[in-house]
Order: sequence, then C-alpha cells, then structure tokens
Amino acid sequence: MPLRVGIVGVGYSGFDSMTPGLSTRELMFEAASRAYEDAGIDPRKDVQSFICCTEDFWEGISITDEYMPDQLGAVLKPLCTISSDGIVGLATACMHIMSGIADVAVVESHSKISDVLNPDEISSFALDPIYNHHVNADPRFVAGMEMTRYLKDTGTKRDHCAQVAVKNKKNALLNPRGVHGANLDKRAVLSSKVAASPLTELESSKTIDGSIVFVLASAQKAKKLGDHTVSISGIGWSSDTPWIEDRDMAKAVYVEQSAARAYKMAGIRNPTTYFDLAEVDDTYSYKELQSLEALKLAGKGKAGKMVESGTFDRDGRLPVNASGGSLGVGHLLEATGLHRVLEAVLQLRGQAGRLQIPRVKKAVVQSWRGIPTATGAAAVLGN
Amino acid sequence: MNMSQKITSYPGHEITPEDVREGKYLDVVYKFEPKYSWAAGVAISRFLAELKEGRIIARKCMRCERILVPPRMYCEQCFRPTDEWIQVKDTGTVNTYSISHVGTDARRLKTPILVAVVDLDRATPGMGILHNLGEVEPSKIKVGMKVKAVWKSSSERQGAITDIRYFKPIGD
Repeated sequence: MPLRVGIVGVGYSGFDSMTPGLSTRELMFEAASRAYEDAGIDPRKDVQSFICCTEDFWEGISITDEYMPDQLGAVLKPLCTISSDGIVGLATACMHIMSGIADVAVVESHSKISDVLNPDEISSFALDPIYNHHVNADPRFVAGMEMTRYLKDTGTKRDHCAQVAVKNKKNALLNPRGVHGANLDKRAVLSSKVAASPLTELESSKTIDGSIVFVLASAQKAKKLGDHTVSISGIGWSSDTPWIEDRDMAKAVYVEQSAARAYKMAGIRNPTTYFDLAEVDDTYSYKELQSLEALKLAGKGKAGKMVESGTFDRDGRLPVNASGGSLGVGHLLEATGLHRVLEAVLQLRGQAGRLQIPRVKKAVVQSWRGIPTATGAAAVLGN
Repeated sequence: MNMSQKITSYPGHEITPEDVREGKYLDVVYKFEPKYSWAAGVAISRFLAELKEGRIIARKCMRCERILVPPRMYCEQCFRPTDEWIQVKDTGTVNTYSISHVGTDARRLKTPILVAVVDLDRATPGMGILHNLGEVEPSKIKVGMKVKAVWKSSSERQGAITDIRYFKPIGD
C-alpha cells in the first residue's frame, strides 16, 4: 500500500536561545494554536491521535507524557509520547492514519533546553554505565571519534567540514528562525576552540528553545483542509547497536537504512538526482557530509568535494540545509527532525520568504538523535 | 535455546558479607545530578506572586465560564486562550483525602501526613489545590469538610505553594 499522508498544518514557537517568559506548556500551546489555525481544524473535534516526542530527562519531570495533553487540546483524547526524534513521531502518525485509526493526527516536539542547567550531565548519563561511563569528558568526544574515522575512511578534508559550518551559518542569516546565523570564513571555523578533536566549537550546533506542531491527514481528508498540503510519500527509521565500539563509525548506517526504506516506499530509484532540496542532520559539521553520503545524495567520500564546489549551496544543484540547519538555526533536541520538516514544508509551500528556493517540488529530510545514539530517521516530502 | 532455559545453577556464588567487606563485586557509583531551572510561565508566575501576597489567583475562560485553578493561559476543554484573572477564596471544601502512614523512604511515619484535595470557593466546583491538612484529628477528617488556608507570615512567604502551611477545618 503506498504511503499517502498529507501535512495540512504547521505551527511553531520559540526559536530563541532562551524563552524565560513562557513555560514549556505555554510554548507548546502557542505552536499548537498556530498549527490548528493553519490547518483550519478544531483539535477538540477533528483529531483522533496526538503524538508528542520528548524525553523525561530533558523535561526534568519523569513520566512527562502525562503533562502533554492540555496544551495540545488532547485532554481525554488518544495521546502517546515517543521518546525519540520528531520524525519517528511523524512515522507513527502516518501509521495511525494509514491503519484507519485516525483521519487527522497531530505531532508535536519541543526543546526547552534553557530550563536545563547542565545538559552535558544528561548526555553523559546516556553512556553505558559499566562500559563507557568512566570517560569523564564532554560527551562530544564520541563525535570527535566518529569524525576522525569518517575523515580517514573517506579521504574527506578537514576544510570540507569547516565549509559546512560556513555555508549553514551563512544561510541562517536569511532565516527569521536562524539564532546562530553568522558570516564566517573557514579560517574562523577551524581556529575556533577545539571541542573534541578534530571537532571545533563553531562546528558544533548550539541548543535553542522551540516547539513545532504538525497536523497530518489522510489523502482524502487533506483535500478538504486547505490548499497547502505537502505529501509524505516515504518514511523510515533505524537504530544501530548501542555499543559505540562496535558500530561503523565512518558511516551512518542507520541513515542508510532509514533512507533506503523511505525511498523504496516512495518508489525512488535514483535519489542522487531526484530531489530539489535536502534538510539533513548537521548537529556537527561532518555529520552533514556523512549523512549526505548515507542518503545517497553524494557518492562515498564525495560530499566534502561537493560542498567545497558549491553543489549544496542555496543556488547549487541541490540546496542542503538552505535554512541554516542546526548549525545556523540551532539544535532543538528531539524536535530537531521536525525543524527540518518545517523548513522543507515552508519551501514546498512556497512560504519560505527570503529563504525561498525556486521550483522546490521534492524534498528529503533526515534526522539523528544525537550523542551517544545511532538512531536516525528520514522522510520524502513533495507538493 | 532461550537464555533462561534449563539453567539449574548459575556460575559463581551469591555475594557473601565477606565479599562485600573485601570489595569482591562490581559496583559503579555515580551521582547523577541533572539541574533544572524551569520557567514557570505566565500563569504560574502570577499565581506564585499572588501567593506571596497571601492570595490565590485563578484564570477564567469566557467560553465555558470555568474559573481554573491552578491558573493556565489556555483552557484545555475549549482549546483557546483564557480571558481574565480572578481571585478565588482561600477557603474551600475537602473533595477527597488520604492519611499517609509511609514516608518517601518507605518507613512508617510517627506522625501521619494528611493530604487532601481542596475545592476552592469561587473556583469552578472540582477545581482546587492538593495540600496538607492541619489542626485536625485524622479521625475527624471528612469529605465535604469546610477548610481554610493557614498562611505563613508575610515575611516568611516566598512565592511558593508552601506559603500556605496547610488547610484547617472551619465551622459551617
């Protein structure tokens, strides 16, 4: 059965380093209100499934899913929380719709990282307590090790990674959501402080606050809800082994698998030339290159040269993270995947403002759950 | 074969007091200390500021006409912004209660903790505060009992739910 689900409403709030004036729940209400207005629906009558992607330790409340209904209009309605990236929530909503459980489903994810005083403590606590936790360093050492192995295996140059940061931070200057936009050159990126070699601070995305809400509908229902439907024609997700030592550190195999499933579902044989836009993981600079290769948007070891030659620039053959991505906009914890979907949806609707790329008809989005995970998800979108 | 099948004895032996004394076991000691500074938000910030002044504030939704405590900037039933601040009374009715005899460390409590949900007067029925009861014999507590907040002195109040010490019974 082909996947036929439409995104009929989007809303977001926050996109700032701090949002001290609003509680997490008020931030969510703002995003949800906008999404429902956009879709022209009443959440109290028209939605059969609500899905929230969040994780207790980021919230600071255990069993945090119980705190989600009110601000989404989901009181006494079917709601579940998924402790994973927002694209996995999107996949769950697609399943609810395709199975007939819901005609309209809502997916929300957020970051209120400004409420967390020591986020590194939480990332460190995710390391295996017996096998890995003895390393008493900023958890980005895991990214440093991946980057080292990626550069060695692919022959990608150090400069190429820096170019990703230059490109994305520059793109973000056009984006009203671009908290970390900047006009920098490669020298500035490479000479910024080393976080975990070879990764520098300017190659590491910085976390921001925000909430993002999507309204999804079956193809039939979507026809009745607005003129801006963006279709989801393929979606996939995958998790590699948690043993950091036993994964292929050079490749994002979980992205290869997520993409392969999404492409197969969407009937895409040649992804390299299929898309007009890609919003992909760039939590760290090298991640964008590694992801592009796993997504088959670049050949193995080719992404670095392609970013260098401008292929992935806003006016290049395939704009990648034209929004500024996580490096330029900011990282939104489990909402990061939904941020990529948001940017792609605005482009596909022709509502991206100064960011707008002409003639965007097909887009791919992809996310990673961050250190120390090896979980990713990908989706194929079209208008 | 399943891992657990046909295993009648496991290798090694149970940890003995001697093993513990001699440190012959694996232990990972790690103090996980996440720290948060939650933004209380528009509604709860005002609520706490009012508590400091010895008042309880609610929000009203003009559509369903409910007066909501704790206050929120949105009505979860109507899914719309709430409309105005309403001061409710610090008196109310015990909606339900329980007398807890076990502490958070699982020990029996010498003095039981009296917990109640108090429906506040002037708020919509069924809306209120979960708090302690005081100045009452546990055996005298009843559902439907009228109670009133006992506040800390103004100099002690700091804008917290504990600015109310407890609710005590008042005569009908």
